[in-house]
Amino acid sequence: MKNLQTIVLSNQEISPGYFRMRILAPGYQKMALPGQFVMFRVRRSLPPLLRRPFGIFQIGFLPADCEGMAEKEFVELIYKVVGSGTEVMSELHHGDRIELLGPLGRGFDLDDADGDKILVGGGIGLVPLYMLAASLKDRSKTRLLIGGRSREDIITVTEFERLGVTTHVTTEDGSLGEEGLITRILERKLDKYPGARVYSCGPMPMLRAVEAICSERKVPLQVSLEALMACGVGACLGCVVKGRNHSEQNPEYLCTCRKGPVFHSHELDWDRLHQKNMEQGESS
Amino acid sequence: MSHCRPSVTKPRLAVEFAGLKLKNPLMPASGTFGYGEEFAPYLDLDQMGAIVTKGLSLNPKAGNPTPRIAETVSGMLNAIGLQNVGVEAFIRDKMPFLEQFDTPVVVNFFGNTQVEYAEVAARLNDVPGVAALEMNISCPNVKHGGIVFGTDPKAAFDVIAKVRKRLDKPLIVKLTPNVTDIRVTAQAAEDAGADVISLINTLTGMAVDVRTRRPRIANVIGGLSGPGIRPVAVRMTHQVVQTVKIPVIGIGGIMRAEDALEFLIVGARAVQVGTANFVDPNAMQTILDGIESFCIEQGIEDINDLIGTLEL
Ligand SMILES: Cc1cc2nc3c(=O)[nH]c(=O)nc-3n(C[C@H](O)[C@H](O)[C@H](O)COP(=O)(O)OP(=O)(O)OC[C@H]3O[C@@H](n4cnc5c(N)ncnc54)[C@H](O)[C@@H]3O)c2cc1C
Ligand SMILES: Cc1cc2nc3c(=O)[nH]c(=O)nc-3n(C[C@H](O)[C@H](O)[C@H](O)COP(=O)(O)O)c2cc1C
Ligand code: FES
Repeated sequence: MKNLQTIVLSNQEISPGYFRMRILAPGYQKMALPGQFVMFRVRRSLPPLLRRPFGIFQIGFLPADCEGMAEKEFVELIYKVVGSGTEVMSELHHGDRIELLGPLGRGFDLDDADGDKILVGGGIGLVPLYMLAASLKDRSKTRLLIGGRSREDIITVTEFERLGVTTHVTTEDGSLGEEGLITRILERKLDKYPGARVYSCGPMPMLRAVEAICSERKVPLQVSLEALMACGVGACLGCVVKGRNHSEQNPEYLCTCRKGPVFHSHELDWDRLHQKNMEQGESS
Repeated sequence: MSHCRPSVTKPRLAVEFAGLKLKNPLMPASGTFGYGEEFAPYLDLDQMGAIVTKGLSLNPKAGNPTPRIAETVSGMLNAIGLQNVGVEAFIRDKMPFLEQFDTPVVVNFFGNTQVEYAEVAARLNDVPGVAALEMNISCPNVKHGGIVFGTDPKAAFDVIAKVRKRLDKPLIVKLTPNVTDIRVTAQAAEDAGADVISLINTLTGMAVDVRTRRPRIANVIGGLSGPGIRPVAVRMTHQVVQTVKIPVIGIGGIMRAEDALEFLIVGARAVQVGTANFVDPNAMQTILDGIESFCIEQGIEDINDLIGTLEL
């Protein structure tokens, strides 16, 4: 993990309001693990003051500009424009200077267990699942269940399919895939594959529903959480969530940026987990 | 200001006051630097003037519910609620790491009662690696958590005097800006036996999410920090320097070298960098390099020649 002063390679709108940004990122190939994130900052910009956290969608190589030169390592983010910071990001172009702190946090726990894997993503929550899918697909049957409000919210599904992942889509308005919530498909799949392991990222109400389904069936679940973050390195204590053993007498606050963003669901106190404001403000 | 000829020799940045010898006048502000180790991957802790820890209390403290932070225009609000591991766990688990460095360790602490303040101070007084204590009489976040002491000169005097009795190490008293006249509390702190005054802690503030109509942080009221508060902090540092005889450490909204220099010129002997550490974990090194370049450019051979040179 380090602070990289680097440049944007490309930044494209892939669906209304969703952007895909490719960033020159030497060293990420060796460092970045599925589920980790970065803190992004437009170099020397004020405002916004604080960096913004984003999951790593994928890492890769671009061919060298000319023979004899090194290949270009890049990292890709996919983000939804929701406020001032992401709006500034959406206006960046090739060559614009930015800073990237990362890779940060604890990613998915990739135990060796084979058997079925089910990834459940809600909207932009599918971002950290791509690298996970890429690392799981060779040893287990991997399925992606992805839900969103409307067809615009369903992104990059074909890329998962190209990895060999079976995908299932739901939208609340029925404009793509099955109409309804993704959790219904999860229940169906778990009826069929009760021994599966589940990995999920998305809005809090969806995560709660996924947790309820998995805990009832005693299915192991890992979730990637979002939290308000100022530093990303464990210093501000702004990003905490309550741990399973939390009580007023014996508080157990876990830093999402260091202990997470990926948690085993049994590490968390699901009754009192999250900040109410963020759940309300959640848009995807 | 006087115009010296430019020099290319490395300027002397070391400062010394109240028995503290600092390699340079730059240190992190409490609560923005964890216990130091969080920043070790990004910064050479040996390059810092001092390391200042998160505020410690007698017993571990849970802190406030979330959301605890909100970004504002040119700043942020926080109501962390002084979450910390407690003084014993600090000494056992965090101190060994900090002792590896050739950098003075300043331990920030607080209490909810006079007795608690004095107990924490007495406990830390016996810890060899601790160079000085910084007493937070000003955190606006926790009910009873210092607000009474820092905003009432009499209460401030009493609690500082109690701590002073139990402490041989240098005592830095950190003031709250949430008062009508900062000079009054500064004077009370000096009279009660403070060796150094640091200021400012956060300014109380509030922000509302207009769609949910809820406060943007769970504690409703939080502490404002960041570049937006700097003019207030510089003004108060100036006033305090003019009022007391003891050395002053300036804090508030320092993002770059020029910001730190403002405080030094009005007379602060050292400065603390807070919110900037969140924006860039390497911020203090960048600021330090900037101060050095400034001195070279201005022909300042010793940073002490710059301190307190405000032209009025
Ligand atoms: C570990 C992690 C990974 C994330 N990965 C992605 C991703 O891959 N793609 C993506 O589009 N978004 C992701 N997010 C959410 C993203 O950080 C926010 O959408 C973004 O910070 C909003 O910034 P803004 O200035 O546009 O919005 P504003 O609402 O103006 O932001 C104001 C403040 O709130 C914070 N904030 C607002 N919404 C969120 C949120 N949902 N989560 C955390 N902080 C928030 C901002 O960082 C900022 O400090 C992730 C968040 C976390 C914690
Ligand atoms: C998240 C956060 C936590 C803080 N915790 C403490 C603390 O524990 N003790 C203390 O004395 N000050 C604390 N402060 C105040 C800072 O040390 C500093 O006085 C203030 O932030 C102003 O400086 P800045 O504008 O450079 O951040 C905290 C500030 C922030 C932003
Ligand atoms: S974001 Fe600062 S502690 Fe996690």
